Amino acid sequence: MEPNENIARAVEVSWLWLIPFFPLLGSAINVAVGHRLQKLYGKRAVHFIAVGVMLASCVVTEVVFWKHMFGAEPSQRFLEDHLWTMWQSGSLRVNLSFGIDPLGMMMTFIVTHVATLIHVYSTGYMADEPDYWRFFTWLNLFVFSMLLLVMGSNFLVMFFGWEGVGLCSYGLIAFWYTDVEKAKAGLKAFVVNRFGDFGFVIGLFILFWSLSGIWNPQTNKYEHQHVAYVTAQGVTVGPTVEFRELRNQVSDESTGMAERLKGMTFWGFPLLALVCILFFVGATGKSAQIPLYVWLPDAMAGPTPVSALIHAATMVTAGVYMVARLNFLFALSPPAMTVVAVVGVLTALFAASIGFFQYDIKKVLAYSTVSQLGFMFIGVGVGAYWAGVFHLMTHAFFKACLFLGSGSVILACHHEQDMRKMGGLKSYTPITRWTYLAACWAIAGFPWASGFYSKDEILWKAWTAENLTAPWIGPAIYIVGAIAALGTSFYMFRSYYMTFTGEYRGGHGHEDKERLEDPHAMAAHAHAGAITHGVPDGAPAAHAAASTVAHQHDESHGAMSTPAQAHDEHKVEVAAATAAAHGHDDGAHGDAHAHGGVPHESPNSMTYVLALLAFAAVVAGFVFGWPAAWAGGHEPVLEHFLAPSLPAAEHVRFAEPGHATEFLFQFFGLAIAALGWAGARALYLDNKSTVPARLKEMFPRAWSVVFNKYYVDELYQATVVRGSLIVARISYFIDQNLIDGLVNFMGFLGRAVAYLDAAIDTYIVDGAVNGLASLTWNSGKQLRRIQTGHIQSYLFGALGGAIVFVIIQYVIR
Amino acid sequence: MDHPTTSTLLTWMTFLPLAGAALILPVLALRAGGALSKAAGDQICRLIALVASGAVLVLGWYLWRAFDPQNPALQFVQHGRWITAYNIEYFVGVDGISITLVMLTALISFIATIASMPWWPGNAHLDGHHFTQHGVPGYMAMLLILQTGMTGVFVSMDLFLFYVFWEVMLLPMYFLIGIWGGARKEYAAIKFFLYTLAGSVLMLLAIIGLYFYGPQEVVDGRLTHTFNMLKMAQWGRAGGYLAAPLIGSFHFINLAWIAFFIGFAVKIPMFPFHTWLPDAHVEAPTPISVILAGVLLKMGIYGILRINFAILPQATKWAAPAMAVFGTINIVYAAFVCLAQKDLKRMIAYSSVSHMGFCLLGMSAFTQQGIDGAVLNLWTHGLISPMLFLIVGVIYDRAHHRNIEGFGGLAQQVPEYAGLLGLAFFASLGLPGLCGFVSEFTVFLGSLVTWQTLTIISALSVIITAAYYLWAIQRMMLGKLNPTYATLPDVNWRERLTLYPLGALIIVFGFYPQAIFTLIEGSLRNLILPLQ
Repeated sequence: MEPNENIARAVEVSWLWLIPFFPLLGSAINVAVGHRLQKLYGKRAVHFIAVGVMLASCVVTEVVFWKHMFGAEPSQRFLEDHLWTMWQSGSLRVNLSFGIDPLGMMMTFIVTHVATLIHVYSTGYMADEPDYWRFFTWLNLFVFSMLLLVMGSNFLVMFFGWEGVGLCSYGLIAFWYTDVEKAKAGLKAFVVNRFGDFGFVIGLFILFWSLSGIWNPQTNKYEHQHVAYVTAQGVTVGPTVEFRELRNQVSDESTGMAERLKGMTFWGFPLLALVCILFFVGATGKSAQIPLYVWLPDAMAGPTPVSALIHAATMVTAGVYMVARLNFLFALSPPAMTVVAVVGVLTALFAASIGFFQYDIKKVLAYSTVSQLGFMFIGVGVGAYWAGVFHLMTHAFFKACLFLGSGSVILACHHEQDMRKMGGLKSYTPITRWTYLAACWAIAGFPWASGFYSKDEILWKAWTAENLTAPWIGPAIYIVGAIAALGTSFYMFRSYYMTFTGEYRGGHGHEDKERLEDPHAMAAHAHAGAITHGVPDGAPAAHAAASTVAHQHDESHGAMSTPAQAHDEHKVEVAAATAAAHGHDDGAHGDAHAHGGVPHESPNSMTYVLALLAFAAVVAGFVFGWPAAWAGGHEPVLEHFLAPSLPAAEHVRFAEPGHATEFLFQFFGLAIAALGWAGARALYLDNKSTVPARLKEMFPRAWSVVFNKYYVDELYQATVVRGSLIVARISYFIDQNLIDGLVNFMGFLGRAVAYLDAAIDTYIVDGAVNGLASLTWNSGKQLRRIQTGHIQSYLFGALGGAIVFVIIQYVIR
Repeated sequence: MDHPTTSTLLTWMTFLPLAGAALILPVLALRAGGALSKAAGDQICRLIALVASGAVLVLGWYLWRAFDPQNPALQFVQHGRWITAYNIEYFVGVDGISITLVMLTALISFIATIASMPWWPGNAHLDGHHFTQHGVPGYMAMLLILQTGMTGVFVSMDLFLFYVFWEVMLLPMYFLIGIWGGARKEYAAIKFFLYTLAGSVLMLLAIIGLYFYGPQEVVDGRLTHTFNMLKMAQWGRAGGYLAAPLIGSFHFINLAWIAFFIGFAVKIPMFPFHTWLPDAHVEAPTPISVILAGVLLKMGIYGILRINFAILPQATKWAAPAMAVFGTINIVYAAFVCLAQKDLKRMIAYSSVSHMGFCLLGMSAFTQQGIDGAVLNLWTHGLISPMLFLIVGVIYDRAHHRNIEGFGGLAQQVPEYAGLLGLAFFASLGLPGLCGFVSEFTVFLGSLVTWQTLTIISALSVIITAAYYLWAIQRMMLGKLNPTYATLPDVNWRERLTLYPLGALIIVFGFYPQAIFTLIEGSLRNLILPLQ
């Protein structure tokens, strides 16, 4: 029997666990002693550990790649490392094991390398942060969780990572928790993601049981059919949570599993479609798609490196990764694929439209991320798995670069995020400007930069897709997607022009203002100041006082109407803050952020990272995705590399209209990018045009609907959140008044009965007893009188008695 | 007599605390005689309690190491006659159903004993009204008697002995809440006592029924009934109780099942018999809440498995849908009630109600995963909820209130406490990597096969659970620091001694729950075999 190529067989590599282990180690060290290290040896000690473990992880990843992946036979590319069996219960067996196949390799590469860069960047960006150690603890823990997610060889390890990254995201969004709004954003992210996780686990449960039985369509009852067995080919058939075993039994036609699953229903729905859509619900949570995207824009409350790493490059792509990982399942269900692709394209357009009018530079990037994730889902939805994953990779580079660039800009403008208060930064921050521009080219889709290759591949595949439920859906997706791409190009260049061209609008005398606008920076100063003054006990108090002041300011700032008044208040508060901090600028922090009135370029630790990412954002496209149409039909490097992980790609059908058509569509892509750029340039170059303001005046209502993100947040607040709280209050009311009321009533009843008993006892039973006693007593008292001692009266009585007796005798007879 | 004595270990574990309690009497006498000062007497009583429960914990460790998980039969048996007239035996032993609970009792009792010490108060001010400060000998004696009762319940294999321990455990609990409790302690203690007592009266009737309709054996040449639970289980499995006469128009087994179930449902506590729990928890001193949540709640589920499932399998099958429905109500309803709480301790008490619902749902599915998950949930909830109550105790000792809204921004003042609170909350909301997730996941996986709709509804509660915990974190820990607490001291060494071991176990069993699955799986497989 010749070996079946569809069957993936594991190659044991017993040290894969080192890759996630190092970040975990770093996190453990910093959580245990980071605080002390920072006090004793300074922040340097903290980031040596954090960055050091990341470098170690990168090295191991590289070694794995060069030793086991590069040049290995396709069938030898399924590396596995089994650590221990976490638990086993009946047919469920959950291993703590890692698996790296080509797809996992690519993800591991992205995660470790981009994360390392962002760690380095953070050493500069967070240099003023008093809780430096806490930041790096979370960041390392995040990388650990993310690596569990992409390296897990089964659903459970993946889910450990899946929720782990959610936890870290929570911790990092709410990193500056003294601002309650930021804390709320963290909560929102976690809870919204829980909706997704719910879908994910239910999908997993249904799939798990379907592998060994059926859901009888008549009775809806589960009917067990067989326990796990192994075929002659060595494929395990039966319930499993291992990706490789699942893939083998679904891909290998001799097991009949694919056909069996296709034929099954659950509650009248086609089982595969239901399972895949439930998994996709999980993906909409993590990857911020409609309807669960709402947490991502709020997540921008976290520090900017966090936004770059978690909310752009890695965590939010987990959903895309999952769909690609389960390609063999999704490909079996055209309805599920259609849902994925349609939700993806709708999200792409919807988010892009919100991105048009945002002023907060990070919000623009956030909506852009939501939109780009939509493109990735178009890719994996229409069956172009490698293209979706390719876009995931290029997006990781250019969006990380954009976010880090925005971080550099924000730092340059002294923690200002509003693009209306930026402008003209190209002369102040040249490196940031060029890297940002390069990343804009990439995301807009200009040729030679990476976005062009990945986005066009996705849209082209959408146009030619034949595996969707109706033939018109593919072209429709293309058209909507093209509009979204136009929007992308427009709003990205808008942000570029608003930020980097024209005059700097930040104003002067900025130093004080910045302190007041950023409560954390000020708290940081206060804290640092207190420590340098050698009063560690006073530090928390000073910290608290400073942040309290800052918050008061925040509130007053919002409500303030007259600038003069506001200015006065500023002065007072500056004095207060300064007093609390006891001189905050006496060398407690380095010169990286010399506070001046004008913007400044960021330190090397940040700009070098920007340059590296910009380089990757430009070259990754043509290196990994040189189109087949340009290369005489040779498939792109990445497609070839990923092929073993994406067995379904061979079965998904696409029309092949020929290279000429493809060139034409690539030209369309270029035209769209150029159009968006030209529009943005016309409206926002040097911020001179008055057209945007006039448009806003012409369509005030439409503008405000879009600006307010279509009021979706408000809708959710009014329905889901309020609804839950109302149900909660009703439940508690029932508990207090109905159920416990009944209990207390029973208690009352018991006591009432007791009182009644007592009353009966006292007045009736005891009354009867006492009554009898007193009757005897009284009658005795009365009868005593008869006893006179006169014999006559006794005889008289006896006679009387005899007469009565005789009469009675007579009467009765 | 089958099941001959193989070990006296369980007897030691059960009665060592009682011996400790007896030792407290001479101390009292010495104190009353003036040979000891009050303070010295108190310290000696505390030491006695620590040593006794610590010794039980060591024995528990040994029990775990020596237990043979491959052997589904009863182990560490001690078997002797007690009251020959009714064939009542002193019969103790452990199998997969009870082993984890015996260990849990030893662990949680020891932790509760540590938490009852006033030592290393740090900057926390413990005044004379604090439960560690008054009536110390009585408190320690009650704690030890309680431990004897709890261990006894889990090791008894004779139904009469079981009932005796069940009642023994009630009284000390009543006094511990009623004397050392909070503002409404009398109300809470009486409510707890009467509720449980009402349940156990029903149980007693059913026990008598099981005895008279049960198997008979010849002892000393005399034909007699037996309270031996293993023999009853054999008898029940073979359908022996089906032959019992109808009572009215009801089958005896169904009535007996309901009687036992209500008795146990009060302890779980199951909706609608759960309202004693929030009151008892809110009024009880911290260590007693720890024991209440950590051990006492487990007795309901344990009793259902040991008696309802093992002895009355036919009725169990009959009642399965009801168990599943009540389990779901527990999970979802209590989760929503949690969302409406303002008192932190009350919220956590209701979350216990919610989490115990998982057990009901899981075991009513009659799948290996379902029942394994349910029993594992006893263990994981037994680690997590004590930690939660200790967390509440820390803040209550310092702030003297538990109003969630009354704090704010504490994370920057007491970071270590905030970290521990976060760990406990996330463990309870089922974060993978912490042990609560494992039992939740396994229960849902197992129950989906049998109860699709109910499982999906229950699984929705994980969202609510996340919401109320995170909301509580936000209101207590995040935001700006409430100036009232600008000098709040962080956790002290006594609290660390109780919190860190639990935290560590929560993580260890999050990644290696197999240590528990190994112990329980064999026995549970046998238990559900006749039910499938």
